[in-house]
Amino acid sequence: MFAELLQYLFAGLTSGAIYALAGLGFAIIYNASHVINFAQGEFIMIGGMATSMMVAAGLPLPLAIALAVVVTMMVGVALEKFAIEPARNSDVVTIIIITIGASIFLRGLAQVVWDKEFHSLPAFSGETPINVAGATLMPQSIWVVGISVLVIVALWWFFNRTLFGKAMLATSFNRLAAQLMGIGVKKVLMVSFALSALLGAVGGIVVTPITFTNYEAGIMLGLKGFSAAVLGGLGNGLGAIVGGLVVGIAEALASGYLSSAYKDAVAFVIILFVLFFLPNGLFGKKGTDRV
Amino acid sequence: MRSLVKWGVAACAVFAAGTFAGTAQAADTIKIGAFLSVTGPASFLGEPEKKTLEMYVDRLNKDGGVRGKKVELIHYDDAGAPDKAVTFAKRLIQNDNVDIIIGGTTTGTSMAAIKVVEPAGVPFISLAGGIDIIDPVKKWVFKTPHTDRMAAEKVFLDMKKKGISKVAMISEDAGFGKSGHDQSLKVAPIYGIQIVADEVYSPKDPDVTAQLTKIKNTAGVQAVFNFGFGQGPAIVTKNFKQLGMSVPLYQSHGVASKDFIKLAGEAAEGIRLPAAGLVVAEQLGATDPQKPVVTAFKKEYEAAFKSDVSTFAGHAYDGLQIALAAILRAGSTDKEKVRAEIEKTSGYVGTGGLVSMSPEDHMGLSLSAFRMVEVKKGDWVLAD
Repeated sequence: MFAELLQYLFAGLTSGAIYALAGLGFAIIYNASHVINFAQGEFIMIGGMATSMMVAAGLPLPLAIALAVVVTMMVGVALEKFAIEPARNSDVVTIIIITIGASIFLRGLAQVVWDKEFHSLPAFSGETPINVAGATLMPQSIWVVGISVLVIVALWWFFNRTLFGKAMLATSFNRLAAQLMGIGVKKVLMVSFALSALLGAVGGIVVTPITFTNYEAGIMLGLKGFSAAVLGGLGNGLGAIVGGLVVGIAEALASGYLSSAYKDAVAFVIILFVLFFLPNGLFGKKGTDRV
Repeated sequence: MRSLVKWGVAACAVFAAGTFAGTAQAADTIKIGAFLSVTGPASFLGEPEKKTLEMYVDRLNKDGGVRGKKVELIHYDDAGAPDKAVTFAKRLIQNDNVDIIIGGTTTGTSMAAIKVVEPAGVPFISLAGGIDIIDPVKKWVFKTPHTDRMAAEKVFLDMKKKGISKVAMISEDAGFGKSGHDQSLKVAPIYGIQIVADEVYSPKDPDVTAQLTKIKNTAGVQAVFNFGFGQGPAIVTKNFKQLGMSVPLYQSHGVASKDFIKLAGEAAEGIRLPAAGLVVAEQLGATDPQKPVVTAFKKEYEAAFKSDVSTFAGHAYDGLQIALAAILRAGSTDKEKVRAEIEKTSGYVGTGGLVSMSPEDHMGLSLSAFRMVEVKKGDWVLAD
């Protein structure tokens, strides 16, 4: 009985951590620009695909990971430079639509550059399940959870303890004032894209041994990550993590105790319910409009 | 001014001559139309199909065509969208005036296209698995792949042989998996199989241990049967191993490609599934009538594209061969004659199995077309 519950929680933890990691990327760009980057899922896909392609080509895993992260960051910077920056005077909505277009473009590109098959990576620390009180957990799930925690700590440090991180926060609060204080606003936007591409790539790489990847993998991860970010409160890193875990665990418990046919519905009902009472998400700041 | 008129007339004459020449030439070519899902979610099926059609049509033309006539392949990519499939099927019939249509990578696109193909009266050979395509029989519609019902029957037959009667199902809740699941429930009682647990997952779920835990805790489960394709079955297989489940795990023919073993890794050991002879080409007995066909196709495909052959490529190959043979026998491209000849296809040995069609059976494969295979040391091994 207890082992069963524990197994459901582990299942939820695995998917939840994956959603959380995807959600974190949305949070960063939203923080810097109030733009929801719908190409975030594609960063995840590029990270995973690039790594598995390079590993398949014979590169050692650590080198492949490093190169894949660099490639994804370059894609992120290029996206900002050639698609977002020329439209920087447009509405936020326009820019969001541009990111949707970019996501379709990147998916198409991945089909042409790589292929349409599924790819995998070897698990980082073997495939022997860890047994806890009758329930089992794969070591890779711990990697995903660990990396999520590491990322959130690093982000907290970056935004609160470094000058550039503070400059990014300042830009998100008031772009004009930040510019008048001598902050290079353009650079801030570019770094935020590079940073979220980095996050996406790292996320994509750690989840690939569990979920596999193909050129379309970004759609599902992007969607679930977005749900996680909204549930937790857009722009809040901790919120994205908690949001992801809530969605993942709700899905697992629903398929365990109710029926697997309703698991997606249960997750969405929870999201709707939370947003009904807390429109800014679990950890979102209350919206204040200056007059 | 006059010279301009003169030129205009001359241009018209040339243009008209060109058009007539065009029609005259068209009568000398056999036009094969195809709509396939080369991009989109079913692209890993549609792409090998397209490559196969192109390769064999090219080769045929180099060898002089069919009875001296060139074969022209007109191909469109429907990206897996049924509405696009309808548009392209219409275009193939009305604008391109094709003699026969091969295609419909998925059951969805095939079923949508049938609505325009059937009233237009053009022979149509579908490459999709769903049994709805040919059941009930439609006058102009044929198909080459095995149906999901056959896969379920083959699996249940194998279970029965092993004395298994209580089975847990876990299937994808969309498309292929859903249709397979419904067919499995239908045929299970015929083989004395009782479905004691029935779980589903979404095609892109990252983890299904919750569903499998539920199955594990269901009393009396003797085997688990997973119906789906893409990454889902590989995740099911990995999670199955993670939970240390000891009952046999069966998969459907949807995963009968080397990619599945690559994805699932060691967890795939011992899995059984029904597959076409093509998958185990080298292991077929020397007297097996399918042996020469599948080994030749496998060799040619792998030499041309440097990638593992898939059963889906085989479906396209079979469709093309059945179509060409029917056109040869009909002696013309008259649609009614060709249709009647396809229906008379008998004893054709294809990559999918022995095909013998009839007015009641527009697929022509029997259960023996499927072979039970088992994964051993990272490869398929013939198990029956």
